[in-house]
Amino acid sequence: MSDLIPIRRVSGRPIPLRGNDIDTDRIIPARYMKAVTFDGLGAYAFYDVRFDARGQSTGHVMDDPRYQAKGPRVAIVNKNFGCGSSREHAPQALLRWGIKAFVGESFADIFFGNCLTLGMPCVTAEEATVAALMTAVEDDPAHDLVVDVETLTATYRGRTYAVRLPDAARRQLLDGTWDATRVLLAARDAVRATAERLPYVRSFRP
Amino acid sequence: MGKSLLDKVWAAHAVRELPSGQTQLFVGLHLVHEVTSPQAFQMLREQGLTVAYPDRTIATVDHIVPTHTAVRPFEDEEAEAMMSAIERNCREFGIRLFDPSSGHQGIVHVIGPELGLTQPGMTIACGDSHTSTHGAFGSVAFGVGTSQVRDVLATQCLAVQKPKLRRIAVEGALPPGVYAKDVILHIIRTLGVKGGVGYAYEYGGAVVERMSMDERMTVCNMSIEGGARCGYVNPDATTYAYLRGREFAPPDEAFERAVAWWSSMASDADAPYDDVVRLDGSSLAPVVTWGINPGQAIAIAEAIPRPEAYGADERETAEDAYRYMGWQPGTPIAGTRIDVAFIGSCTNGRLSDLREAARVAKLGRVKPHVKALVVPGSQAVARAAEAEGLDDIFRAAGFEWRLPGCSMCLAMNPDKLRGRQICASSSNRNFKGRQGSPSGRTLLMSPAMVAAAAIEGAVTDIRQMLAGSAR
Ligand code: SF4
Repeated sequence: MSDLIPIRRVSGRPIPLRGNDIDTDRIIPARYMKAVTFDGLGAYAFYDVRFDARGQSTGHVMDDPRYQAKGPRVAIVNKNFGCGSSREHAPQALLRWGIKAFVGESFADIFFGNCLTLGMPCVTAEEATVAALMTAVEDDPAHDLVVDVETLTATYRGRTYAVRLPDAARRQLLDGTWDATRVLLAARDAVRATAERLPYVRSFRP
Repeated sequence: MGKSLLDKVWAAHAVRELPSGQTQLFVGLHLVHEVTSPQAFQMLREQGLTVAYPDRTIATVDHIVPTHTAVRPFEDEEAEAMMSAIERNCREFGIRLFDPSSGHQGIVHVIGPELGLTQPGMTIACGDSHTSTHGAFGSVAFGVGTSQVRDVLATQCLAVQKPKLRRIAVEGALPPGVYAKDVILHIIRTLGVKGGVGYAYEYGGAVVERMSMDERMTVCNMSIEGGARCGYVNPDATTYAYLRGREFAPPDEAFERAVAWWSSMASDADAPYDDVVRLDGSSLAPVVTWGINPGQAIAIAEAIPRPEAYGADERETAEDAYRYMGWQPGTPIAGTRIDVAFIGSCTNGRLSDLREAARVAKLGRVKPHVKALVVPGSQAVARAAEAEGLDDIFRAAGFEWRLPGCSMCLAMNPDKLRGRQICASSSNRNFKGRQGSPSGRTLLMSPAMVAAAAIEGAVTDIRQMLAGSAR
């Protein structure tokens, strides 16, 4: 098992992914999930939005020359991002494309949890803040957007915006327990005791 | 102050509070399918972990299985590789797999209940967002991602935050031709696709209490489309009658003890809720979606709303939906010509759904320009339907009768829309590209409405059709 890796701050070139209710079918179409590993998923992130029926680029922001930076990326999104299917393929595809954190108005529950177990913070901000951030980035995308989990801020070109993150998620990122397996394994005896108290585990024997 | 079922189930399964503030929650039943599990098993291998409670995990295959043939190896090499992977993983880790040769194969959310694996008072997890279906039995059931599938395999636990609770009481009585599917589509339309984020939904009221287990499953199934990760109905006599005698349900000598515990887990009359919503079931009509999320829905007699009819928040998505669907603003949804009709899925692929659809199929023949598929939710559903002769009714009316699986609900198998085809579908998602064509269009509705659309060749009001046949 991996060591505990605290995530205090994520910094990377920003990419605005505009739109409310962007579902995970759009983030990764089901036909690209026909594989037994997550490898290579990055190439298919938002595939049907980025490419037309003939495989030609539609000029989507992910393929826009202004947004072709190397290294980690931070996505800016609107409301209810990642709704729909529980497929971890969605955050995995975005992670493999380079996105390491999100700033958005709101996130779907399962998507938020999936990102957390991958160490990708999804911080939220007011509608006006997200709008201002998107505009600032679209004016000039060539700077790093810094998401600070410790101070709950996002900083772009010297301007700092307040962001939110539920306390539990923040603590998991900061103390490195976002990958929960190790934490859960530590309570083996308590798990057994809980199981034995459940009447259905005892097959309803008295 | 009393407690809700959510409170009681949560307390019974809480192993401990984690330093983060989350709960380490014991998972009573873990269900696994071929799409979201292979990476989890691989993580176990890479991290040197074993499966902690192998007999609390059950696997099946549903998403990628072809429905026109059961012959192995599958023509599609990727599908065959996924099939082999789950077979190998289950063998290696000692997990029971219900594959097509078992006679118990089917959509994971159909077989759990019909085998009696799904029971009241349990916590249930599966790497699939429609795990909420199992809440129909009064369990707390929710979808998880693949890393969490690994966590459940390795520890039988999840690190989760307890959701808030909203009670949705549907009072009155449903008019003829209005089904459980219409109830949940109406709920999602009313509360919005993100209205349930952070909540569990408790469904109740006279309409829900009178529903069969199949119908309750349809409602709970689509909780996630309203943003709620789990939804449940309190267990009652209907629940217990359904479970008695099922293969994995408590045996007769233990059944009364089980019922006593199950009943004790139901919400108390004075249980606290973070929110309560009341709806009148008597005023409902058949519902059809017109857009690209399940909240973009209207009653059958309504016209497709103009984007301006939506609030600022939803207008953009509505405009996007208009562009994608290619409608003229203000056209009625009834009369929309369809190309494909799909009856099946974990929402509406159970015996009672097929019975309702067959009742309609008897009234006519599928229009020649429509491709109509009936895909039973499981092998057991298929056997029961065939024993009643439903397959013959469908075939005689021009529907194809297929083998069980997810099929055109998400089109990971060969059943796909082509181009911009319009599909009347009894499934749960009308997202862009969901049914296999990046430009395909989906109209969600009840299975009876799908059958009616297949016969008319266009979206039609089932109530008129049923009234016409009664005359
Ligand atoms: S039928 Fe559709 S929604 Fe249900 S499990 Fe299969 S793919 Fe998912």
